[in-house]
Amino acid sequence: MDETKYGWWLPVDVSTHGAKIDQLIAVLHWFMLLLFVGWGIFFVYCLWQYRARPGHLAIYAPVKAIATKYIEAFVVVVEVFLLFGLSTPVWLAYKSQPPDESKALHVRLVAEQFAWNFHYAGKDRKFGRTDLALIGGDNPVGLDPDSAEGKDDIVTVNQFHFPVHTPVILDISTKDVIHSFNIPVLRVKQDTIPGQRIPVWFEATDTGHFELGCAQLCGLGHYRMRADVLIDTPEDFAKWEQENAPPPQEAPAAAAPENHPAPEKK
Amino acid sequence: MSDHAHAEHHEMPFWRKYIFSVDHKVIGIQYAVSALVFLLVGFSLMMIMRWQLAYPGQPLPILGKILGDTAMPGGVMAPEFYNQLGAMHGTIMVFMGVVPLAVGGFGNFVTPLQIGAPDMAFPRLNMISYWAFLPGGLIMLASFFVQGGAAQSGWTSYPPLSDIAPAGQTIWCFGMVLLITSSLLGSINFIVTIVQLRAKGLTYWRLPFFVHAQLVTAFLLLLAFPPLEAATVLQLMDRLAGTSFFLPSGLVVSGEQLKIAGGGNPLLWQHLFWFLAHPEVYVLILPAMGIVAEVIANNTRKPLWGYRLLVYSVVFVGFMSFVVWAHHMFMTGMGTTMSTFFQTTTMIISVPSVIILTCFIMSLYGGAIRFTTPMLFATAFLPMFAIGGLTGLPLGLTASDIYLHDTFYVIAHFHYVVAPGTLFALFAGIYYWYPKATGRKLNETLGKIHFWASFVAINFVFMPMFFQGMAGLSRRLYDPTIYAHGRGVQALNVVISWGAWGLGLAQLVFIVNFFLSLKSGARVAENPWNATTLEWATPSPPGHGNFLTEPVVYREPYEYSVPGKANDFSPQFSPEGDGPARPQPRGGA
Repeated sequence: MDETKYGWWLPVDVSTHGAKIDQLIAVLHWFMLLLFVGWGIFFVYCLWQYRARPGHLAIYAPVKAIATKYIEAFVVVVEVFLLFGLSTPVWLAYKSQPPDESKALHVRLVAEQFAWNFHYAGKDRKFGRTDLALIGGDNPVGLDPDSAEGKDDIVTVNQFHFPVHTPVILDISTKDVIHSFNIPVLRVKQDTIPGQRIPVWFEATDTGHFELGCAQLCGLGHYRMRADVLIDTPEDFAKWEQENAPPPQEAPAAAAPENHPAPEKK
Repeated sequence: MSDHAHAEHHEMPFWRKYIFSVDHKVIGIQYAVSALVFLLVGFSLMMIMRWQLAYPGQPLPILGKILGDTAMPGGVMAPEFYNQLGAMHGTIMVFMGVVPLAVGGFGNFVTPLQIGAPDMAFPRLNMISYWAFLPGGLIMLASFFVQGGAAQSGWTSYPPLSDIAPAGQTIWCFGMVLLITSSLLGSINFIVTIVQLRAKGLTYWRLPFFVHAQLVTAFLLLLAFPPLEAATVLQLMDRLAGTSFFLPSGLVVSGEQLKIAGGGNPLLWQHLFWFLAHPEVYVLILPAMGIVAEVIANNTRKPLWGYRLLVYSVVFVGFMSFVVWAHHMFMTGMGTTMSTFFQTTTMIISVPSVIILTCFIMSLYGGAIRFTTPMLFATAFLPMFAIGGLTGLPLGLTASDIYLHDTFYVIAHFHYVVAPGTLFALFAGIYYWYPKATGRKLNETLGKIHFWASFVAINFVFMPMFFQGMAGLSRRLYDPTIYAHGRGVQALNVVISWGAWGLGLAQLVFIVNFFLSLKSGARVAENPWNATTLEWATPSPPGHGNFLTEPVVYREPYEYSVPGKANDFSPQFSPEGDGPARPQPRGGA
């Protein structure tokens, strides 16, 4: 992992939507800094100029301060701009406009204490049937090995491969408690809520090896609930899919565990 | 000094006077001292956690052995113990420390005095409130010793994690029910007292700002706590009676299907919790602002700038605080309409906060500022609260919250509001009213050492957390070096931890001062700060029944430096407005 990508400020952004979030964060911090320094100068001036000393008296009559009204109005105007000019459009554009399903890679994510299970539809782009009752040590998502669509499905643990420059739609769910899907470099975060399947989407602009972490306290292993995020070139991804596809003739029940590419199991 | 007039009050036995007391001043002091002890405990838990964060996986010298092999096997902290410390730090600081000190302590001690009342409206209820609080706090602490340890699902206790957590969580629920009950009993008492027991002439526009803040706070407690109490009982039912209020069907934990009825919703808890916990933020901050207002007016020797604007602002903040709660839940997958509504209300509530801060800073303008220890803490409150408030903006806006949610940025933000914000204001209050409560002043030199050491250390603790959060570091991680972006900011963890331990050392100065001054502090008369509000019309400390003669209020609360008067303060209780007959130096101390 390239550690030079991480410092004391925002890490590198490799998503299509992240630039606008970064821009909002930057604008906000300039605004905050301006207010704080402005206030701070006046504050320090007051503390010095109006310190108690012999011969200095406090002024009873309230000072007429037109400036404070302008400053408050300025703050309100900037906040309205931040709200309706920046934040809301960015959020709406990102959250309410899912990518075209036909062009996107569709993946399911099933979180559990303390691992991330990714379920790929495989070549037929159709997910196999899953069933809670089938969940076991070697079948983390409960995939039915006999379902027709499921025969080519790929299940990985703590390994998230996807191609660059391709929209990815991820259906997020959890088996047990609330987790939070968090890839800082993709500017993506979404809680996994038990009983719900929530879609998130993103598109990477660069290849590389990054990290996925859990952002919501989920138990004693919360801190080590991490996965490798591997953004591949489309060719590498196709190759990976090929290599990890279950062999067609093998007994399906035994096939599942061998398909895990070096699972980093809990 | 304490055995002044009031011969008609018979001497009460010790346990009635100091333990099961119905006197608001004794109850206030009981609350304040218990809360200070709990604050120290809560802070100590964090100081232990900071070892693991600064030096992950290394054995903690000495203390590691004392804490035993379950918590710290081989002296190295276990992850589940780390989670217990984290959950209990939050719970203790908020529900057993800051709120009881700000409301139970200062509210109880100061409010009746400031409104010229002989006591609270319901003294017995007041006593019951304290005696619900203390056992609630004690069983919370005791939960460390049960099988599996204390609550470990965060102070927010989100189900399903909390529903399936070890027995400590059950104790947490019982403790919360007691603590909430205590606050509810207190809040109704405050409302009735402030509405009914004001002295003659004390109209609402003559109330000290502190009393306005307490009144709004009491309404927040009264209206916001019942949903959490209900939610806590529901969680208890989930844990003990097999219900599934917060558990949906089809949960599989560690490969086993949970045998539950199902059909519940974990988000219900979050809504109920945050419906309390956001107003709770203002329960933490409003009394602190009230204290800051008192101390600033007294030490600038001029009336507060924009007194009425301040009052309108706190009332508005109080109302708005009930419609912003879901900004804590932007990442749960809520619809865009909901999130737009809640980020809009969040931006609206920031406006009165800006106005309040502006009023305080404008109050400094044209003053003759005495830098007493209470004033130093109150002065420092302003920039610290400003940092805390401003950094709330990126978290309240949905788009930037995507990245910053649940990172250390959040930790830094709300700690700036609560620690160098609220807690500094509460320290200002302690230094300011300690002479009234004890008849002696806290030592000024030790007070100034305490202030400067705390001020420097606390910024070393919380400022670096903004950078960690910016780097993407998540909160509540037992070992942040698991992540590459965590390793990038690990050096800051060492700085923060040493800052926290330094902050701990600084508090020793305060503890020493607190006890030393009880015995050897300079004795004071009624009004050592040359202040104007009614609490300074009573002896220090006031006897049972508070006022020697029934007080009458003649003017606004902060009539300092009135032109043409002999003294630079015109107390509310003085008909002439020239202060007591004693000669007073002009132009501040």
